Amino acid sequence: MEDIDRITTKKARNNEALLKVKDISLSFIQYTSGLRQTELKVISNLNLEAYSGEILAVVGSSGSGKSLLAHAILGILPSNARLYGSMEYNGQPLTQEKKEEIRGKEIALIPQSTNYLDPLMRISNQVIGNVNEKNKESIKKLQRYVFQKYNLKPEVDRMFPHELSGGMIRRVLVSTAVISSARLVIADEPTPGLDEKNLKETLSYFKDMANKGCAVILITHDIDAALKISDRIAIFYAGTILEEANIEDFANDGENLRHPYTRALWNALPQNKFKAIKGHQPMQDEIIEGCFFYERCSIKNELCSKGIPELKTINGGLVRCNNVS
Amino acid sequence: MKQRKLGYFIGKKILKLLCLLIVVCIASFWIVEQSPIDPVRAYIGEMSIQPEQKAKLEEYWGVNTPSHEKFMNWAGNILKGDFGISLIYRMPVTDVMKERFTASIILMASSWLMSGILGFILGIIAGMKNGTLVDKVIKTYCYILIAAPTFWLALIMLLVFSVYLGWFPIGLGIPIGTVADDVTFLDRIHHLILPTITLSLLGVASIAMFTREKLIEVMSSDYILFAKARGERGLGLIMRHGIRNVALPAITLQFLGFSELFGGAVLVEQVFSYPGIGQAAVAAGLRSDVPLLLGIVIVSTIFVFFGNLVADIIYEFIDPRIKQQEMTT
Repeated sequence: MEDIDRITTKKARNNEALLKVKDISLSFIQYTSGLRQTELKVISNLNLEAYSGEILAVVGSSGSGKSLLAHAILGILPSNARLYGSMEYNGQPLTQEKKEEIRGKEIALIPQSTNYLDPLMRISNQVIGNVNEKNKESIKKLQRYVFQKYNLKPEVDRMFPHELSGGMIRRVLVSTAVISSARLVIADEPTPGLDEKNLKETLSYFKDMANKGCAVILITHDIDAALKISDRIAIFYAGTILEEANIEDFANDGENLRHPYTRALWNALPQNKFKAIKGHQPMQDEIIEGCFFYERCSIKNELCSKGIPELKTINGGLVRCNNVS
Repeated sequence: MKQRKLGYFIGKKILKLLCLLIVVCIASFWIVEQSPIDPVRAYIGEMSIQPEQKAKLEEYWGVNTPSHEKFMNWAGNILKGDFGISLIYRMPVTDVMKERFTASIILMASSWLMSGILGFILGIIAGMKNGTLVDKVIKTYCYILIAAPTFWLALIMLLVFSVYLGWFPIGLGIPIGTVADDVTFLDRIHHLILPTITLSLLGVASIAMFTREKLIEVMSSDYILFAKARGERGLGLIMRHGIRNVALPAITLQFLGFSELFGGAVLVEQVFSYPGIGQAAVAAGLRSDVPLLLGIVIVSTIFVFFGNLVADIIYEFIDPRIKQQEMTT
């Protein structure tokens, strides 16, 4: 199994990335005391590349703006959001118009919870989506086929979202992406609250999608789950990605990892050293001049407090740190 | 399971209605008893009569019987379906109410429908265009309507459309000076238009504001976000998910508005001299027609109760979420 994974990884590497996110920043316009406007920065200088046939896990703690990254790629941000930087999809610039045109067709989102389903619409109608009458029959058949595969009984078709269990909802949400035949699938926190068996099953769905040639972006706070199935892991911290590492780099004491934070994260896992580092992520309203990890870093120097470190390619991975070579 | 729930629901509602009617009867009878109404005066009007005749009439109307005995007599007759004789119309109260209610039902039903549909559409438009000029215009219109007193609006309508423009008759339900047999259906419609518009204009505001608020709430929900992520957009998105989620609460609210509708009808009918139940209620009150007044109170209680009942039915039996919850508990 591992070998096969490595082969697909290598094969994909020869191609261009399906999605390139270049240096995006995202902020929200907020009104504080009275009419004073402030910009709250939630994502800054974020770079990301997703390849066909690969699973890229974006790992970061809850509430750090990971979902917003997904919303930014799909162009469904709220109206008070400002997005800077650029994206490329399949070699073409991915503008807001382009996003609106291809979302649901080429790019699919797998949301987190039952809240993302219309409470008053029957499951099968939702999964089929808004299609014209002509195609309805064939898509309905496809939906039934996919449901069968995910062990969702025919009764489920006519149920309402609140009648389904958490595991069933998860499978329904995954089937929306499968039916869409999208080439890029973004799964937003698909694993919380699942038991071991369901977790394995859910993760296997994503593996299937990647094996069929999809590019999968798995957004999660569960580094264990990410390690199980992904090909590359991007470490999300305080609104940016500190490191993008290959799965093989996560081994032993983490000596192949590039960023001190990634190494600390790896060593904090129970199966490794089970040692946490002090401090917490900077708050979103804190203004930081230098490296976001400066406060907690053990190898910092003076340069680190001045300006965000450049993105470097080291040993087949990307990293934002001044002190690696 | 479903049958049992329905049976239980209906049983509970009937019991509630009975309790409500008993309380309303006692309360309104007590209030009428406390008021300085002289039934003899109400009956004879401005005529002057001899004291002996007055005493005879007093005995006939039972002025001096004790209150509780009066109530028992009246309630007993009501149970038999006899609401008594109306003092001002000189005919059985049931006949008066039947005639008046038929006229009012047309007025109320048409304005209820109109206000519901118009209000819902305006609300959807305002919610869709949230923050734009269209939204502001609709909102301002609604605020003005909510603030405007019913009778004032009715007078303005009369002034503009009947007096200045002369498009509609100044009042009443049929043309003056025509024999009842000569009154055409169109005549009736013609007299109905202005009161209906006035009454529905008032209902528009609350339903439009509610629909707007609800649509904005729905449009910022996670499931709309997901629908957008799946490529749904524009009017299709609103039709498929917006209206679906707004319709039930809006219809429920519209049924709950039955009481306001009745209150509005009283004022509008008074201004337009439209011969409906509202006008009869005012006349009965002003001219001390106790049997008619109490009869109208009972009928309007049932009417408003019915509106609330429909709202409850929608809530408990049509909304799949509530249906499910009830089943599991």
